[in-house]
Amino acid sequence: MNEPSHILANLHRRAFLNGAGALVVGLASHDAWAQTPSAASPNNPAMLATKLDSYLAIKADGTVDVFYGAIDGGQGLATSIAQMVAEELDVDFARIVMVMGDSARTLNMGGASGATGVSRRGVMLMSMAADARRILVERAADKLGAAVEKLGVEDGVVFLKAEPARRVSFAELIGDRSFGSDVKWNGQWGNAHSANGMASVKKPSEYKVVGKSFRRADLARKVFGQQDFPGDIKLPGMLHARMVRPPVAGAVPVTVDESSIGQIPDARLVRVKDLIAVVAAKEWNAIRALRALKVAWSTSIPNFPDHDRIHDHIRSAAVTQRTIERENGDVEDGLRSAARILSAEYEYPTHSHASMGPACGIADVRDDGVTIYTSTQKPHYAADGVADLLGVPREKVRAIWMYGTGSYGRNDQGDATADAAVLSKALGAPVRVQWMRQEALGWDPKGTAAVNRLRAGLDANGEVIAYELISKAFSRENVATNEGRAAATLAGQLLGFPLEPKNTFNIPFASYTFPHNRVGWETIAPLMDRASPLRSTHLRDPYGPPILFGSESFMDEIAVEAGMDPVEFRLKYLKHPRDIEAVKIAAEKAGWTPRVSPRNDIDRSSEVLEGRGIAFRRHFDTFIGVVVEVRVHRKTGVVEPTRIVCAHDCGLIVNPETLKHVIERQLVYGTGRTTVEELTWDQEKVTSVDWISYPVLHMEHVPPKIEVHLIDRPEAAPSGAAEMALGLVPAAMGNAVFDATGVRLRRVPFTASRVKAALDRA
Amino acid sequence: MAKRVTLKINNRQHDIEIDDPEMPLLYALRDEIGLNNPRFGCGLGQCGACTVHIDGRTARSCSISVSAVEGLEITTLHGLGTPEKPHPLQIAWIEEQVNQCGYCINGWIMEGAALLARNPKPTEKEARAAFSTLICRCGTHNAALRAVMRVSNQA
Repeated sequence: MNEPSHILANLHRRAFLNGAGALVVGLASHDAWAQTPSAASPNNPAMLATKLDSYLAIKADGTVDVFYGAIDGGQGLATSIAQMVAEELDVDFARIVMVMGDSARTLNMGGASGATGVSRRGVMLMSMAADARRILVERAADKLGAAVEKLGVEDGVVFLKAEPARRVSFAELIGDRSFGSDVKWNGQWGNAHSANGMASVKKPSEYKVVGKSFRRADLARKVFGQQDFPGDIKLPGMLHARMVRPPVAGAVPVTVDESSIGQIPDARLVRVKDLIAVVAAKEWNAIRALRALKVAWSTSIPNFPDHDRIHDHIRSAAVTQRTIERENGDVEDGLRSAARILSAEYEYPTHSHASMGPACGIADVRDDGVTIYTSTQKPHYAADGVADLLGVPREKVRAIWMYGTGSYGRNDQGDATADAAVLSKALGAPVRVQWMRQEALGWDPKGTAAVNRLRAGLDANGEVIAYELISKAFSRENVATNEGRAAATLAGQLLGFPLEPKNTFNIPFASYTFPHNRVGWETIAPLMDRASPLRSTHLRDPYGPPILFGSESFMDEIAVEAGMDPVEFRLKYLKHPRDIEAVKIAAEKAGWTPRVSPRNDIDRSSEVLEGRGIAFRRHFDTFIGVVVEVRVHRKTGVVEPTRIVCAHDCGLIVNPETLKHVIERQLVYGTGRTTVEELTWDQEKVTSVDWISYPVLHMEHVPPKIEVHLIDRPEAAPSGAAEMALGLVPAAMGNAVFDATGVRLRRVPFTASRVKAALDRA
Repeated sequence: MAKRVTLKINNRQHDIEIDDPEMPLLYALRDEIGLNNPRFGCGLGQCGACTVHIDGRTARSCSISVSAVEGLEITTLHGLGTPEKPHPLQIAWIEEQVNQCGYCINGWIMEGAALLARNPKPTEKEARAAFSTLICRCGTHNAALRAVMRVSNQA
């Protein structure tokens, strides 16, 4: 969809910049999805990755279309990308229009994935913008009869530095026309896609737009209820659908009594193999039909292990794949020679994406082509998957991405879009599939539970000589991390497509250096292989929190054994200056007082015990230290996080305010996943299917103080920020609880009853 | 049997035809009248995404039937303020750059506006209480508080 950053420009220009004192109160009404042309841009019909025209276009009105083949999941990424392009092109930020996630107008750059929007795609588009500027300045040189070196550029106007009245604008030079020039493409698609231009980019010291807190264009529209999401689309003749899910996982329809919905106006049953749905012209009638429909289901005995004993299941299940990711020295040798050996296991639960809005996907399947409207985070792949599912050529499918509920991983959006495609084909009409709340929690792809086994050996001087982490879990890809194949969707699985599971997990990077070191992972088979409500895939920071909870909690256990303060201990084994600075700044800003945990300066029998904990990670070139302060209520077991302090170094900062927001919000989200969120199920089905049975963080449990300290390194490449900090919350909070109480929590979430039981055992 | 009902929404009368008197107000607003600001989040009254004001008090439109609100004054986010005539809380929301995805935004602003209508200068504690039953999966809770306090401090 189009994202004009100039949407507020009819007001006050300065209002874009925060703190400029101007009030932003307006916005244009905007239905970008309806305005987008029906095919590729007229000056770029081929959409070749080797052509500059596939990355940006200068319009005759002076605006610049940026063809961003990914999406903004709601964290303000589009604004940062627009700034990066404006910077290198030397045009005002307000001229940039972000065209995002439309498979007919943008290349497949992967979608939202691994917080790489700025670090990969933004950096690439800066190179494209620099190349466009180079070409335009060369053309201007011809036109103005002056050498390139004599020319300056300001807001899309090239002028003679010595004689500024002699000028020509980008729009005059190329407006609505093709560059036609080539760029160097690496031959890859998706996340790996990259391209380079010939021009060199600016030095960070020259930046005028990058590094400033421009405001988000989408936010004002949302505040006034003027941002359309997929659920708001109405196509002519569109039918509303509700999927009919089995009461027991794995059951398939045997007989369906269509007369049971006969009284409901326009309601119809649709059945395609094992996929069944009800449709109606009016949405409420589709819901009534869903409730009224009588289905006889086949017998299915999934025999899921008790959710409360899922970690026992993981421990005892056969390993399907074991991979040692990093190893140095010989851990067994190291442990044999150790004076003291520590070992522990840490358990992380299954989580749902639990998106704010249940999935909504729209499909319009026609003889001459298929259009899907979706807020999946990987729209190009969604188009691939629909082509596979329907057996139509890929070029006949267009995915139009729209802003939607924050997905934070591969949530249910793509599955609903695939459902809609199957139904639209069967009915010959556009279909809008809206999942219900119990479906969104009960049937979205899940983030896997994990058991982390940790061992460490210390020598007689308390030096760590051996360290081992093995994380055992379900594969993080029972279904793929995108909907690019029919088999990766629930609809495809119900239609019988052969499954394509992968056995894969990963271990977050760790900077600590020990003489004998081994980290790796083991996967186990899924509990149900087809159309499982527990199928795993990527959930935000996919292998961060499940593993870092173990590794960074255990790091504190080793510190205790070594008789060291947790900060001092980490600094001892960290070598990289940016590692060290992230830990130091987090501690300093938190007002950290060095001590060996647990604290011994308080009366342990008090009602409320206070403590603080730290956790650290390096993820690619993002370095984060998080300190959490808690109050533990001994009588009830309630863990009350009162303050979170985060030091965050992700290299060059494009938009400081947006970055701070991204970090603050994910620390809140991480708090929820640490303290309350946990998927439950019985032998037959998921049982946590609403906001009571799947509790999420509410206002009263949000840490009242969250302080984010940005470490700006303009000289370092930007490295991403959208998910890495949240993974530190479980360990930092657990370490704080230990500091306060002397009790080590080894299982997330830290619910009151679980903490109370742990305190009582101690 | 289809039935005609008249709803008063944002100071305008809307005559609509409904098949089921028990249809929740949410579907009348979204489907029949085209007011998309109230969103479907749970259909259970647990999240607040569908919040409207009915006679000045917040209500969850997914859990109240159309027939129950005939003759009452219904206000949606669109009726609360527009870019041309914004509600002070909408301005504060932009100033604080509160939201991420914005799916929940309707409930938070409607709940905050109702609080400010009955108490123009709420304390942070009162604002927390007003927001206590809302859900936001992006974690914008504290930012929403800051927006309300910005308005409160100007009162």
